[in-house]
Amino acid sequence: MAQPLGKTLAERIWAQHTITQLDGGATLLYIDRVFLHERTGSIALKGLEAAGRKVREPGQVFCTMDHIVDTFPGRGDDTRMPGGREFIVTTRAAARAAGIHLFDIGDPNQGIVHVVSPEQGIALPGVTLVCPDSHTGTVGALGALAWGIGSTEAEHAMATKTLAVNPQKQMRVRFTGQLPFGVTAKDMVLALIGRHGAAGGVGYIVEFAGLAVEALEIEARFTLCNMAIEFGAFTGLIAPDEKTFAYVEGRPFAPKGAQWDAALAHWRTLYSDADAQFDEEIVIDATGIAPQITWGTSPQHEIGVDGLIPDPAAEADGNRRTAMERALSYMDLEAGKPLAGTPIDAAFIGSCTNSRLSDLRAAAEILRGRKVAEGVKAICVPGSSRVKAAAEAEGLDRVFTQAGFEWRESGCSMCFFAGGESFGREERVITSTNRNFENRQGPGTRSHLASPTSVAASAVMGQITDVRTLARKDA
Amino acid sequence: MEPFTTHSGIAAPLIRINIDTDAIIPSREMKRVSKDGLGEGMFANWRYSNVATREENPDFVLNRAPFRGATILLTGVNFGCGSSREHAVWALKDFGIRAIIAPSFGSIFYGNCVRNGILPIRLAEETVAGLADMHEKNPEARLAIDLPAQRLRDAQGGEWSFDIAAADKEMLLEGLDQIAMTLKHDDSIRAFMARDRETRPWIYA
Repeated sequence: MAQPLGKTLAERIWAQHTITQLDGGATLLYIDRVFLHERTGSIALKGLEAAGRKVREPGQVFCTMDHIVDTFPGRGDDTRMPGGREFIVTTRAAARAAGIHLFDIGDPNQGIVHVVSPEQGIALPGVTLVCPDSHTGTVGALGALAWGIGSTEAEHAMATKTLAVNPQKQMRVRFTGQLPFGVTAKDMVLALIGRHGAAGGVGYIVEFAGLAVEALEIEARFTLCNMAIEFGAFTGLIAPDEKTFAYVEGRPFAPKGAQWDAALAHWRTLYSDADAQFDEEIVIDATGIAPQITWGTSPQHEIGVDGLIPDPAAEADGNRRTAMERALSYMDLEAGKPLAGTPIDAAFIGSCTNSRLSDLRAAAEILRGRKVAEGVKAICVPGSSRVKAAAEAEGLDRVFTQAGFEWRESGCSMCFFAGGESFGREERVITSTNRNFENRQGPGTRSHLASPTSVAASAVMGQITDVRTLARKDA
Repeated sequence: MEPFTTHSGIAAPLIRINIDTDAIIPSREMKRVSKDGLGEGMFANWRYSNVATREENPDFVLNRAPFRGATILLTGVNFGCGSSREHAVWALKDFGIRAIIAPSFGSIFYGNCVRNGILPIRLAEETVAGLADMHEKNPEARLAIDLPAQRLRDAQGGEWSFDIAAADKEMLLEGLDQIAMTLKHDDSIRAFMARDRETRPWIYA
């Protein structure tokens, strides 16, 4: 008799949350945690209210202020964003009425949703967690099945504690070998998207595995999973290990005492079986990855910082060629030229991708004793108020400000238009964020995605710079 | 939700790959906590040569007659990738778009379409390119969609079938409120929760 095939990690969590198989192919999945923010969560809470529905388990719904709130010191409910105050005030009132936990402006635990959720122990291994925000898969790094949804689905998740989800295919991306000096999780995920395209993961849940992934600290794993959505994936995740359990232990909402022991025993069973069947497998040799940087207007428009801007003429696919030509024109760059050495106007460190304490420490290591080049606007926005406080406790804020960076309150900030702030037209920005789309960081703004250390190095040199030339090996 | 059964309309070719939801509705066009009135901000950075004054860019396809009245979009790979903002779908709907035909879609965007009465249709890249070319040359031609039959027919007699998950099809056809549908399974949900409290008590602590 044939043995049943093994399960992937995602299939295992999926099965553990299956309430029933619905007619029509979808699965009714139990949702453990819902997280909201004031841009898309406000409208979900208002929608529920308007329909006269209640949040089924308010204790398992959380909300933060990050997408609209500004990041200037001394901030309040007013923001530079036109109409912004309404989002903040509406969210607060609706959150209170619904009885959910709100990380409000001024709360020492406020911050960017995907930074706060693991920091608080709300995202845990093995849970299902949804948020009306595309980067929710970030916390898949703990071995959670977490994915972004729309506001209407968020209403559904809050009212019913479930979502009807269509089946997804399974992919494993294995990074073999050891990551070279000066290369980070950001470079790994950009390299993946560069090689396999921004639509390479469409229809898949992607499990990241391999030696180079196991070697990553938890905060770096968040960066890797964060950009699974930029690969087009439904979500990304990583099997939890001892580092994961150590990270989770003692966090405010994490299980304690006997509950901890029971949870830990369960979490140790969360992995893909040796005979699990993946629909697709990608292997990337981590030893060959250089610091990566984008040159165009899609995350797939990226190269090693020591490489040359590709020539659209060499692209066989007509639609991709057109997109490349359009991107070069928007970015004011020339095919065949190096990207390194291109002068920049601004540098930004922040966002749910790269704003955690380890990111700030690494960037500060580059900046220590150095100055941002003249004429370069440089901004650092910590991922959460806790990250900010921890950074200040070890003096990182002074490293940033002495180098010439602005040091801000936490929020999504200039990743897009949060707080109503943008970079200028034709300004060239090197940024630790996740999207280099046209007009994303400002109308006509030219964004180059890179790791926080690459951003720091480029800020110092006033031009796109290979971080390895400035990194201190003894650090 | 407005049900979708059959529809015939002008189809606008907007063949670009990886059109993201920031392009469909820029952050600065989301000014209120509301699903309404977002059509004006749809594709704002492409549609207007001056976003502030709303001066139109005459080259943009949806500013050209008769595409100004398009109800169907023909577009490229990975349409609606990026941000989860449902505002992208609300903006398209407010403008009058009823169906979007592309080789693939961003997954959150796809779900948002289905939940708002917009039919997302996946067709092979060559097929979409052929349709786009035909409608560029014959802008007045109407494209006919039959969701119950899962068929698409162009004005020149070309016909294609398309796949859609049965659950998505039902939601669109019936214009159903999904929460009400799900709550028909409330006994199963409650039973699951009771069991789960025993097996994973830390989730409920």
